[in-house]
Amino acid sequence: MSNSKSNTAISVKDLHKSFKLPHEQNSGLKQSLVSMLRKGFKRGYENQHVLKGISFDIQKGDFFGIVGRNGSGKSTLLKLLAGIYTPDSGRIDVDGTVVPFIELGVGFNPDLTGRENVFLNGALLGFSRDEMQLMYDDIVAFAELERFMDQKLKNYSSGMQVRLAFSIAIKAQGDILILDEVLAVGDEAFQRKCNKFFEQIKSDKSKTVILVTHSMDAVRKYCNRAVLIENGALASIGAPDEVANLYVEDNLSNRSASSTVKSEGSYPAGLSDRVGEFNITSKAPGIITDGRDLIFEINYRINDDKPIYIAFSIVDLNRSGSIFDVRSATQSGRGRHTLKYKFPVSEFNNGDFMITAVLDEEETGRRIAFTNDQNSYKFAKRESANHNGGLLKSCGDWMI
Amino acid sequence: MKPELMKLSNIFSRKNRILLRELVITDFKLRYQGSVLGYLWSLLKPLMLFGIMFIVFVHFLRFGVGIPHFAVSLLLGIVLWTFFTEATGQGMQAIVERGDLIRKINFPKYIVVISGTLSALINLCLNLLIVFVFMLFDGVDFGWSALLFPAYVALIFIFALAVAFLLSAVYVKYRDVGHIWDVVLQGLFYATPIIYPVQTVMAFNLVAAQSLLLSPIAALFQNARASLVGHDNVIVNTDIISNPWLIAVPYLVIVLTIIISTVYFRKNQRYFAERV
Repeated sequence: MSNSKSNTAISVKDLHKSFKLPHEQNSGLKQSLVSMLRKGFKRGYENQHVLKGISFDIQKGDFFGIVGRNGSGKSTLLKLLAGIYTPDSGRIDVDGTVVPFIELGVGFNPDLTGRENVFLNGALLGFSRDEMQLMYDDIVAFAELERFMDQKLKNYSSGMQVRLAFSIAIKAQGDILILDEVLAVGDEAFQRKCNKFFEQIKSDKSKTVILVTHSMDAVRKYCNRAVLIENGALASIGAPDEVANLYVEDNLSNRSASSTVKSEGSYPAGLSDRVGEFNITSKAPGIITDGRDLIFEINYRINDDKPIYIAFSIVDLNRSGSIFDVRSATQSGRGRHTLKYKFPVSEFNNGDFMITAVLDEEETGRRIAFTNDQNSYKFAKRESANHNGGLLKSCGDWMI
Repeated sequence: MKPELMKLSNIFSRKNRILLRELVITDFKLRYQGSVLGYLWSLLKPLMLFGIMFIVFVHFLRFGVGIPHFAVSLLLGIVLWTFFTEATGQGMQAIVERGDLIRKINFPKYIVVISGTLSALINLCLNLLIVFVFMLFDGVDFGWSALLFPAYVALIFIFALAVAFLLSAVYVKYRDVGHIWDVVLQGLFYATPIIYPVQTVMAFNLVAAQSLLLSPIAALFQNARASLVGHDNVIVNTDIISNPWLIAVPYLVIVLTIIISTVYFRKNQRYFAERV
């Protein structure tokens, strides 16, 4: 944005936050007296540095996505933005009223009616009775619960409760809406309705929305800007497509093969002293953005000469099912071996995939080894040209 | 972002008043959920309880024989004491009990403490209504001094609130405080002339009686009772203590408690969300 301050909804500067995690839970006076006697006045704390200097600006009217893996610090960031936590250092400047939904239906009481709960929830979010009165009809209509508002909440189905809570969240008339992982609620019809609402809000320049989610579809669809948080630091900020791609890559990051081989004694799941190494690697990038095919290698080391075979399957992570599997010819001979395979990824639409392999004895069919999560290979297809649904890019021809 | 401070202007800001009212009303609504007589119980229950006590004290236990209106004075003492234990107890638990909210929404934390003590205050007002009925029944002459009674109740409320603020903040870190406070209350109950008249202690030892009235609870309770039941029948601290400094002790304790609890609560409230 070219012009200054007035367009910034939230400005975050060099934000730091750490938590003191006690080694032992000192929730009692006696316990802390005992530990005080034992260690002097030094407490057994571990300082967990959750946010390590984060800075960014959110403009008014933005639909701002925050993504990151579990434990990356995005929820802490959200709670800081909502004013629930106090930063150790750094600044957060907010222009407007923040309405946070860290969780849906906070403060809902089962013994109150739906109507009473709406007003209580509103008061907690900082709305007066008059303000809530203005939003009330809208909230109830969106939740489709007109007939149930004078019933106690405990008589609602869980779906109804969530619908009510969600309706309060999105109909609340705040300037800045903070939503944490709350998109997937209600049945399909309700989902569609929410979808429509979010698309509408995206074009509404008076409302700023901050959304924390793991759904890259949601980020691509609704957000106009996004950040990726990695280990408490800003890894990327910018267009939602780029950030979403980076996030996928971050999630798929394949460990280097050698690091999973344990020196002695214990083996990771799927391995044993008979097969001490078994993994799938590839020199291709984790995200395939062009029309290339994927060449990957299956590596294993076996210390006997019994005949075996390898079988692998390619799993579609979004639809969760195998799209292809095949076995190799019979192999034998101790030592380290590598099998190469070329897979035509070019035929496929955008998606996330994983290749897993097993190693079986030829004679008995007994399974000797398999690739665990770390030793399997994950990759994603992100060709910007193709946005169609379906697994395959093209298949079959029209017969004229 | 500025942390919500415990400024007077803030406490009475419109937004916070609304939230406070909503919390207190909810509390009250939920208390008599599912009973046929509902809110009527808030009057019926004390009426029945006090009826029993009144009969027991006047006819069986002959505490304070020869002191006019001792039975209603005792009733008043018990009602005030119940308020003090309820207000400090509920106030202490308030932050931890609403931990779920505090972890997810940013709102001024002191509101939940005030709401806890206000519920107790509502209870006190209802109970006092019943006590007045008994007083009329007992033939108490209300003098002009009765107008001072609300002021003493207000002081007791302020003291209870200050104690509740301190306890609630400590309770977040050390749950032991809950048990310790129970014991302290029990001790305080017997160290306060509630079920026995000050005259009994005076007959036994004057210094002991004087020391009893150094406690803010005892001093305020005696003053509150004297304002209603009549000064002739109730000993207050000015009657047996002449040193003006010693007379001021209860009020100094209150001021000190307010200062300590405000400072401690303000210092710690920003960490409630991560500790609770």
